[in-house]
Amino acid sequence: MAVKLVPSRSTVLMAPALAWLTALMVVPCALVLALAFFRRGIYGGVDYTFTLENFANAVDPLYAGIFLNSARIAGLATLIAVVVGYAAAYAIAAAPRHRQPLYLFLAVLPFWSNYLIRTYAWIVLLNREGLLTQLLRWVGYTGEPPSLLYTEGAVIAGLVYNYLPFVVLACYAPLARLNPELREASRDLGGSALTTFRRITLPLTLPGVAAGAVFVFVLSIGNFVTPALLGGGRFQMIGNLVYDQFLAANDWPFGAALAMALIAIMMALLMLQAFAASRAEGRQSREGEEAGRG
Amino acid sequence: MTSERVLLGIEAVTKRFGTVTAVDAVSLAIRENEFFALLGPSGCGKTTLLRMLAGFETPNAGRILLDGKDISAIPPNRRPVNLMFQSYALFPHMSVRANIAYGLEMERLPASEIRARTDAIMATTQLSAMADRRPDQLSGGQRQRVALARALVKWPRLLLLDEPLGALDKKLRGAMQLELKRLQHEVGITFIMVTHDQEEALVMADRIAVLRDGHLLQCGTPNEIYERPAGRFVADFIGVTNFIAGKAAPGGVVAAGGLLVRGTRPDALADGADAWAAIRPERLALFPGPEAENRATGTVETTAYHGLDLQVHVRTALAAAPLLVRVTAEQAERRPVAAGDTVEVGWSAADTRIFAKD
Ligand SMILES: Nc1ncnc2c1ncn2[C@@H]1O[C@H](COP(=O)(O)OP(=O)(O)O)[C@@H](O)[C@H]1O
Ligand SMILES: [Mg+2]
Repeated sequence: MAVKLVPSRSTVLMAPALAWLTALMVVPCALVLALAFFRRGIYGGVDYTFTLENFANAVDPLYAGIFLNSARIAGLATLIAVVVGYAAAYAIAAAPRHRQPLYLFLAVLPFWSNYLIRTYAWIVLLNREGLLTQLLRWVGYTGEPPSLLYTEGAVIAGLVYNYLPFVVLACYAPLARLNPELREASRDLGGSALTTFRRITLPLTLPGVAAGAVFVFVLSIGNFVTPALLGGGRFQMIGNLVYDQFLAANDWPFGAALAMALIAIMMALLMLQAFAASRAEGRQSREGEEAGRG
Repeated sequence: MTSERVLLGIEAVTKRFGTVTAVDAVSLAIRENEFFALLGPSGCGKTTLLRMLAGFETPNAGRILLDGKDISAIPPNRRPVNLMFQSYALFPHMSVRANIAYGLEMERLPASEIRARTDAIMATTQLSAMADRRPDQLSGGQRQRVALARALVKWPRLLLLDEPLGALDKKLRGAMQLELKRLQHEVGITFIMVTHDQEEALVMADRIAVLRDGHLLQCGTPNEIYERPAGRFVADFIGVTNFIAGKAAPGGVVAAGGLLVRGTRPDALADGADAWAAIRPERLALFPGPEAENRATGTVETTAYHGLDLQVHVRTALAAAPLLVRVTAEQAERRPVAAGDTVEVGWSAADTRIFAKD
């Protein structure tokens, strides 16, 4: 038996990425995970005796409620982002081919500014004397200025705004790749525009929708900047709770347990999505080969 | 059987894409139960014409009448017309059965009828064994049959087929040509088939329309098109033809060297105008008898067997290119020829067609 001493090319190419991931993802996560199994020190800090009580506390109704609330807010943000993003991606994919890159560029333009600045911009828009109120005054509204900032709606709007471009990009790819003759075939066989969308276009672009949705959900449920700034600290999401445990309550082990629970949820969702996508991808690529041959 | 009743009237239909005129004032009348072929080189507007019939493109001018009624304003999903796409356009996420049943589901037929009709058409097209497979698990020929079954199961008044056999290899193609023709006979539906393969059109169609650059050049039975092509392009595109350039003169064309090639002249051609004399290779004879009004002496350049006949290239003073003569194997055996031989080539005036130079 020959022993392979020379690393293969793919190993060499993967090495930097693997090293990066190990140093900056796997090791810190392992440390946080380890932390979750210790006691909180009396004066903050960590008391290195093994315990499972952090996890027991994490499922306490109070915290479970925050988990559920985060999931609800993230879910709403995901739903809105997917509907709006899919519609935008559909419109871009239907535009003349030479204009599509421009529209995509415009869709991701917000990414060119900092997340914090973008979120602060929403404060400027939504606060009591903000642009929206002024706009209302300008059209003749004289009543009490609406309280838009520091509401759940503001948090959701901020999340949707920040993650919408991901959805547009994720949905655009399968929409642009979809053979337009499939839609025509459906029309030819007697399908209305709506039926054609429901039975042909949507099922065939679902992998993109799923990818975009998981992205928005995962990024939203763990988000702490947007709820802190636009929710004014009144709407605690799980990210804020973790933040507070580490930086305010000084209970690192409990913060670690919460963080691990959150990571577990995210990982489960991402893996589910990756699994579904690879199955759909296999089908799509076989289709692509056929189209190329035809 | 083809009846005389006109099912589809295409009246001076024009379609432009920007500066390109894809279809230019084409008029055709397609009869009930006819197998009609649209023939022409790539880019001549065949697909565009078909897409207008299916409802995916709107003509810039002209009318399309089905059973005498203008269907221009009817969307594709309401036309009793189905299109079999060049790429087949099978739904990749559905089984063979679901693909075929799709069009019937759109008609909201009872489930039992959908099932019965789907089963029947799968049996006819020999797809029953693969009802639950997806399109990517099928061969090219099987996919082609699914596309055909999916359109046929709707019992359309008119079935449009865009190069239905284009993606198949040569052998399978021959078999499918006969199969398709048999099916058309069986279901009694009017077929309009697009092809760029003249042989395919000749074999399959009741009538053929030849298109070029969006123009209709000629419409007729395979025999008419082959024996009486309307111009040099059609004569060249359908089958093989020898062309001799010259100037129109009383009784024929004066070719190089002042030799008169006798033939049937179109009335419109003036004496002295540039013209072509065209003769099919099988109408040329080596060692001609006395009935051949046209004769030329030449040298055999090459001989080649093509199955049942021998193709002989004879260089003459008449034309720059050697004349192609088709000799049956039997004749070749009786009077063999070889490269370098001096031979006489002869043909009758009746077999010589004369076209204006375009
Ligand atoms: N959607 C379109 N936009 C612009 N030009 C087109 C379009 N469809 C067809 N054409 C042009 O019209 C002409 C005829 O095309 P087509 O009908 O596809 O020809 P064929 O099917 O005979 O090969 C071609 O020159 C083609 O480039
Ligand atoms: Mg075509």
